[in-house]
Amino acid sequence: MSYINKPKVAHPSLPTNTLGMTRRQYEGSMSTLCAGCGHDSVTAAIIEACWGLSMRPEQLVKLSGIGCSSKTTAYFVGGSHGFNSVHGRMPSIASGANAANRRLTYVGVSGDGDSLSIGIGQLVHVIRRNVNMLYLIENNGVYGLTKGQFSASADIGTKAKRGDVNSSPPIDPVLLALTLGATFVARSFSGDKAQLVPLIQAGLRHNGFALIDVLSPCVTFNDHEGSTKSYTFTREHYHPAVEADFVPKAQEIAVDYAEGEAIPVSLHDGSSVILRKLDPEYDPTDRTAAYNYIETKLKQNEYVTGLIHINEADSTEFHNLNRTAQAPLNSIPFERLSPGRAALDKLMGRYR
Amino acid sequence: MPGLTATANRVNDFVLKFANVNGTGSASANSLIMKAIFRMGVPVTGKNYFPSNIQGLPTWYEIRVTRDGYAARATQVDIMVAMNAETYSRDVRELASGGYLIYDSTWPRSSLLQRGDITVIAVPLAKLVNENFDGVRNRILLKNIAYAGVLAALIDVDLDVVAGLLNESYGKKPKLLDSNSKALRLGYDYVKQHLTSPLPLRVEHMDKTRGHIMIDGNTAAGLGCVYAGATVGAWYPITPSTSLMDAFKGFCERYRVDPETGERNFAILQAEDELAAVGMVLGASWNGARAFTPTSGPGISLMNEFVGLAYYAEVPCVIFDVQRVGPSTGMPTRTQQSDLMLCAYASHGDTRHVLLFPANPEECFYLAVQAFDIAERLQTPVFVLSDLDIGMNDWMCPDLQWDDAYRPDRGKILSPEELAGLEKFYRYVDRDDDAITYRTLPGMSSKGAYFTRGSGHNQYGAYTEDSAEYQVVLDRLRRKFANAPKYLPKPVMVGKGGNDVGIVSLGSCDGAIREALDVLGRQKIDVDYLRVKAFPFNNDVETFLKSHSTIFVVEQNRDAQLKSLLTLETAVEKSKLHSILSYSGFPMTAEPIVSGIRAKLAEAPRLTAVPRKT
Repeated sequence: MSYINKPKVAHPSLPTNTLGMTRRQYEGSMSTLCAGCGHDSVTAAIIEACWGLSMRPEQLVKLSGIGCSSKTTAYFVGGSHGFNSVHGRMPSIASGANAANRRLTYVGVSGDGDSLSIGIGQLVHVIRRNVNMLYLIENNGVYGLTKGQFSASADIGTKAKRGDVNSSPPIDPVLLALTLGATFVARSFSGDKAQLVPLIQAGLRHNGFALIDVLSPCVTFNDHEGSTKSYTFTREHYHPAVEADFVPKAQEIAVDYAEGEAIPVSLHDGSSVILRKLDPEYDPTDRTAAYNYIETKLKQNEYVTGLIHINEADSTEFHNLNRTAQAPLNSIPFERLSPGRAALDKLMGRYR
Repeated sequence: MPGLTATANRVNDFVLKFANVNGTGSASANSLIMKAIFRMGVPVTGKNYFPSNIQGLPTWYEIRVTRDGYAARATQVDIMVAMNAETYSRDVRELASGGYLIYDSTWPRSSLLQRGDITVIAVPLAKLVNENFDGVRNRILLKNIAYAGVLAALIDVDLDVVAGLLNESYGKKPKLLDSNSKALRLGYDYVKQHLTSPLPLRVEHMDKTRGHIMIDGNTAAGLGCVYAGATVGAWYPITPSTSLMDAFKGFCERYRVDPETGERNFAILQAEDELAAVGMVLGASWNGARAFTPTSGPGISLMNEFVGLAYYAEVPCVIFDVQRVGPSTGMPTRTQQSDLMLCAYASHGDTRHVLLFPANPEECFYLAVQAFDIAERLQTPVFVLSDLDIGMNDWMCPDLQWDDAYRPDRGKILSPEELAGLEKFYRYVDRDDDAITYRTLPGMSSKGAYFTRGSGHNQYGAYTEDSAEYQVVLDRLRRKFANAPKYLPKPVMVGKGGNDVGIVSLGSCDGAIREALDVLGRQKIDVDYLRVKAFPFNNDVETFLKSHSTIFVVEQNRDAQLKSLLTLETAVEKSKLHSILSYSGFPMTAEPIVSGIRAKLAEAPRLTAVPRKT
């Protein structure tokens, strides 16, 4: 994640998590993105989130497609397996990997081009399939690697670096996910680590598909005057509606919240999320209300952020519906998979 | 074989064809007759010629009664059961001289369709059925069983055998058993009372089907996947491969569900398209499950991008291509072998893939199992190229066998213990000098973590744009492919190998070729035959090509794709190869092979002069 190579040796006074690991041990290889790229901040937030969860690196599986955002899976948790697949097809790799081993934690990192144009079909269907994974969209409204074309998330009226003005309506991944019945939908900003880290932690622990749309400005191609995805514009039009505090399994909920403003949600592994409503009108557990709220605010040029919708109880996660064995499918002994000779001999009778 | 007249007294050697309207339930009546003949110990083949439609279009079913056990389609029709008014004229025309036409005489028959050289058998089927049964749908279904009864009487099918089959099908539904048995008797008794039976074309008990089954290739392949220990299947429905996943699902529900907990030791993902289906296979295989996808040509076209990734990132992957007629949507319910080139070099860049060619359902079972072993051993995509004829028609095959000692070859996967013993793990370093490198599975140990990518990488798995580093990996992939034949099934040789003339072919041409060899043999023309079972080609293929001066390449496509592969991938002299092609969409018959070889040899008298070497 770092632009400058840091020494490998960690100072003994660095804080460690319950596994005795420092944050440095959750880093990956050096980032090759532009200095100041929002994506590097998201990478830092993922590192912080995994460190904070005391996640074993080998427990995590990192998946991505193609684009600047998809490169970032190499920049965090170097001790995890990563699969950088083809453009827009990460969801199918994630679906298959998850089918083979339901016990691991899957994080997919994608971009607005990867997810909302070439890969929108796969995104839609991985939501519908409700694969247990965290899916991060690093959303900057442009194609960075091909030098600044508008993506499908570009807002009407936003200006490209070379002066073109976008006239096609944007596809908003949050509204899309809500429409499709996703059970965990969040939006955040790469510049708001305090909000983003607990969202990532909750998303990793959610039992089902979790989407976080992270506004993550492109400093090279979309950070100028007239762009609606610049740092300045995002900060000015950023509307946190629901903050989420992630409370790990072993920890007691110690903070006091004013009644009516805080909603505790238990996650399947025993941890929980405390939702703090910054807008008293807002109810993150009501999908229809959430949709209307987001859409209204978008029309006012405001990006609602926070944990926009969660429905932990009603998770129709893929393996639950499939009634898959609790043990990972890739670990079931061959003797239990192959019916053997006697069964085959018996079966032959059906074909005479 | 062609040239025989239908009027001759031919026991256990003739062809029956049923012309029906699809969606009327005729399939059960047709398979009832076929199964009954099979149970009488007489070899049969059944070919279904159906439309890409659910209801209302013409469909045909052809049963070849073949005492010699030929697997190919025959070239003539001896008995036509013409139940479809719309196709009546062409059905009548198709009948061989001296043949028999059975039609429903409830309604008058057009006088325009007279033929003096056939025997017309009139049975008032609709009338019989309407007088005895109620309900429109019921009458339509039972009319089929009634014509099965007519046929049973005409060709002397053992009625006890037919009754036994009905009993097995409807034993638990007495009402259905009763109506079906009654309909069968209606047809049977009408013939016995009003017509002369049996015909000279008839069935007699034999003992040539013991130890055999009637099964289609998709069912056998689906069963093979279960026996191979595949746990993840991903697919997008496409004719003619759909029944492969249906079979896998059915067998999994039977063998893979914990009787106590109801937990399932399998996952089937119906994907949004073939791009996603193969992506799921890659994800699951990469993560250590045996995974596969069944599809057909259009699906392979869509899968190309991921196939290239699997090749370059070295992810095992099993793809069944049940080939149908192309190009484009083509004719989805007709058969062809036209995806050879598409699969052999699928995806952009320098890629080459392992192909397996089953010739019948039995081989679909065994090659399905082997495909997983090969894919995991070589860490690469493996295509099993079946076709609609093999996949969807019932073939007579020896009972499938299983050795309980079999254990899957999972290839080079490092265990946590082996990893612990390594100083450092690198994904693409050729430690054993066999071009196959070691992989690790996610979840085991962070020491084995690596980054899988389709972008340029060096042997350490790291991103690279360095030419030399890139080429080290690409050159090793070439060596891996060159070494592949030792893991692949060897070609099948028929004949003594000493002839000048040879045939090279693959897959479902096998039945037609074996029959052609018999015919040619009777004409004192001896030909050797080599059937390739895998690509890249084994050395035996090279030897065969070298040792024969005239080689006929028999295949079911227009562009001679097997011949192209042979010229590209072996040292054969192009001028030695002569194509015999069939791309009508119907399964190949022996006829074009016999006539093609005879015509060519007549052009070159030197060859015909070669004495028969016995």
